[in-house]
Amino acid sequence: MQNLHQLKESPSQTAGPYVHIGCMPNFLGNTGTYPVDLGVSPMLDGALGQAITITGRVIDGAGMVLRDVMIESWQADAAGHYPGQPGADANVTGWARFAADFDTGFWTLHTIKPGRAPAPNGQLMTPHIALWIVARGINIGLQTRICFADEAPANAACPVLARVEHKDRIATLLAHATAPGTYSFDIHLQGDAETVFFDI
Amino acid sequence: MPDTAPATGPLIGRDRNWHPPAYTPHYKTSVTRAPQRALVALGSTLTEETGPAFGHSILGPLDNNLILNFTGQPAIGERIIVHGRVLDDSARPVPGVLVEIWQANAGGRYRHKKDGYLAPLDPNFAGCGRAITAPDGRYEFLTVRPGAYPWPNRTNDWRPMHIHFSVFGTGFGQRLITQMYFEGDPLIARCPIVNTVPSADGVGQLVAPLDMNAAIPMDCLAYKFDIVLRGRRQTRFENRLEGM
Ligand SMILES: [Fe+3]
Repeated sequence: MQNLHQLKESPSQTAGPYVHIGCMPNFLGNTGTYPVDLGVSPMLDGALGQAITITGRVIDGAGMVLRDVMIESWQADAAGHYPGQPGADANVTGWARFAADFDTGFWTLHTIKPGRAPAPNGQLMTPHIALWIVARGINIGLQTRICFADEAPANAACPVLARVEHKDRIATLLAHATAPGTYSFDIHLQGDAETVFFDI
Repeated sequence: MPDTAPATGPLIGRDRNWHPPAYTPHYKTSVTRAPQRALVALGSTLTEETGPAFGHSILGPLDNNLILNFTGQPAIGERIIVHGRVLDDSARPVPGVLVEIWQANAGGRYRHKKDGYLAPLDPNFAGCGRAITAPDGRYEFLTVRPGAYPWPNRTNDWRPMHIHFSVFGTGFGQRLITQMYFEGDPLIARCPIVNTVPSADGVGQLVAPLDMNAAIPMDCLAYKFDIVLRGRRQTRFENRLEGM
């Protein structure tokens, strides 16, 4: 038989507990190499849209809060355009990187609420922020999405949420408003409330 | 101009049999951190097909020189070049993407508040570096060979010498963190983290060979480590019904 001459993706390995050294050295306190950490904000001054703050924790199957987790987020601007697309808000860079507090385990994302971007079939996806989660004990980065409980009509019409077969699990993807402009979003790695993770 | 990886288009699905599964009990921390439900399968959308871009303006002149980039005084250890290419599944270079690394110092100690190993910190070694791939997909670091270190898992587990790699593609769905190991290290076969990779061929993809052609005489040895990212599907025929 002929050979397809295709390469395999490099196998993933855990980020381990010391991921901050390489990805967030200033957050860790290792100042002196990079002037600033990358991804401290997904936007610049003047970004259009509703400014929001999302806080949460990542919780393991024993109920322990992860204090060594690092998360990256990627999102569209308020009109649903991704950076680089025609018409995109030049003040939205879209990507952020944040870690759990070493003591409390809480992480925080200050951003703007994204708009609806089209799915491959042309239907609009609900406003969402994609997350990629790495930590010690996580062998390959976990992919999930933050959607918003206060976007019920868009959620109901979202072709991605429609892929979640067990409808009661959609609730694990919804951030809930705790005050105007402030949302809460915990991620559960295991258990009854296990967050929906995607194979994309 | 090399034929480079396409920067747009649907991502080819991950081969989950090639990557480590989430639940790997010999690596104990995975037991409570592995999702237990099946992943929800989703073809890539615009969200995963787009991603952040980093310009060379983020780089300082010593960012890829871990021997000097902390204090300007040289770190202690065996000087090595670590170089390679970032490729897609068709072996086309992926240019202009960010590669970040971190590692222990020559004694096996990390500059991290959570690492209490008794090997000393090197005052001139932070252990982080970054580079952006060239038009031919190449990157290069100058560093010291990291020491092996013990870690709390089973009663006497040691990490082989390794460098952690964080790699961006052109889409957020290509994000990858992995580790590079060194040819000939007897601790590789014993390591429960290495052995989360299901196949020997997969492990072999993470072991960098000694590269004497890139070594600099009377200066440093070299290791070559190519990284492969998920590819994008080539659209040969539009998957669209007549009249639509
Ligand atoms: Fe390590």
